[in-house]
Amino acid sequence: MSAKSKGLSSVGKKLINGLTGLGLVFFVIVHLGGNLTLFSSNPDLFNSYAKKLHDLGFLLYAAEIGLLAVFIFHIVSAISVYMSKRKARAYGYHMKGNAGGASRKSISSVSMIYTGIILMAFIIWHVISLKFGPGIDQGYTTVLKGETARDLHKLVYEYFANPFNVSVYVIVMVLLGFHLRHGFWSAFQSLGANHPKYTPVINTTGYILAIVLAAGFLLIPIWIFINTGGGV
Amino acid sequence: MPENNLNLTLHVWRQNGQGSKGKMVEYKADDISTDMSFLEMLDVVNESLIKDGEDPIAFDSDCREGICGTCGMVIDGVAHGPERATTVCQLHMRHFNNGDKIYIEPFRAKGFPVIKDLVVDRTSFDNIIKAGGYISANTGSAPDANEILIPKDVADRAMDSAACIGCGACVAACPNASASLFTSAKISHLAVLPQGKPESQSRVVSMVQQMDSEGFGSCSNHGECEAVCPKEISISNIARMRREYFKALVGK
Repeated sequence: MSAKSKGLSSVGKKLINGLTGLGLVFFVIVHLGGNLTLFSSNPDLFNSYAKKLHDLGFLLYAAEIGLLAVFIFHIVSAISVYMSKRKARAYGYHMKGNAGGASRKSISSVSMIYTGIILMAFIIWHVISLKFGPGIDQGYTTVLKGETARDLHKLVYEYFANPFNVSVYVIVMVLLGFHLRHGFWSAFQSLGANHPKYTPVINTTGYILAIVLAAGFLLIPIWIFINTGGGV
Repeated sequence: MPENNLNLTLHVWRQNGQGSKGKMVEYKADDISTDMSFLEMLDVVNESLIKDGEDPIAFDSDCREGICGTCGMVIDGVAHGPERATTVCQLHMRHFNNGDKIYIEPFRAKGFPVIKDLVVDRTSFDNIIKAGGYISANTGSAPDANEILIPKDVADRAMDSAACIGCGACVAACPNASASLFTSAKISHLAVLPQGKPESQSRVVSMVQQMDSEGFGSCSNHGECEAVCPKEISISNIARMRREYFKALVGK
């Protein structure tokens, strides 16, 4: 009997969820790295970074399709885990408790599906309003080394002059921190990587990564809001 | 009544059978000695229920020494109660305070249907074992065992996994009602030893399949199972089960 011939087991789902989760963590780190250019007072820095990505052409499309696939696999495996949980205990406990001690159950771990769904909705909104937002045709143009390019910097700065947008981004980035707090070490565990020496290190790394990534992404809108005078 | 005896209020799950609807019922447990075990406390409550012509609270127990895995209930939301590395039969009333309200519920999972009150049917665990929790390799007679040299740390690891008594607390404590800790302990104690290796791939695949088909949930790495386990089985077993599963996926 081979594992391949059978449908996806609960263990298989976790392998997929963990692998795609780590892929998404890698993406988020790179994404923050690029966005750090928004802290600069020189708009060309962020715009030329965006242009470089855009100029990759086919390669960028391939990467984007790959990223979309990673997202979909992550979401589908996570929802499938959640659905199995709903079925596996139809009648819950009258008194809920936490054992403490060796347990890793936390607000982060029990809210993964909720923070995940909010992040998914947020990402759709984020991509629609910025990536597919107004571009050259709508007058968001700049000149980089003699070439006309999209002035994404202007768009982002206008976008984060709006206190509503800033508030939503700040809240969702805190939730991203919670998602990563459990998600990072959990991905390693899902892939079968558990070691008395290294698991505590991975756990601490997850903690730091959650704080650094959430703080990094959350400070950008706040920074822009303050620098644009805090008004529309 | 010795002055350190306890007067308690119990909220106990009462359910007649698998199909019937259950509910929480309040009972008084008065003059409980702190030297009693939790099950002895229930025995006392049952005696007074029987005296009053009422139906006693049904619960499972056998050895009452913490080694058989028969007893088990969820006390104040924690499987086997508040003490670590302890089965409910070894939980003593000295860990409770006078006037405590105690919630007592059965292990709740689709894979563990309630037979009556706090007694659940754990046949699903037997089915998981039947799916591959054994070896069919010929290991020879007793003296032959000395011919297979096993390093001490490997033997220790196998013994740590084999300490699982199959009580089902891991399932009860898991927010997803997953049987991953039990299944992985049973996979691990064979997988790390030479006698278990020849069948390791087919074993992990069939046992995981059986675990899923018994209606247990997926593991989300909450680790609550390890915290309630009376034998302190580590979730590193679950990681090993995943490695073994991955090997089986790519191996054939």
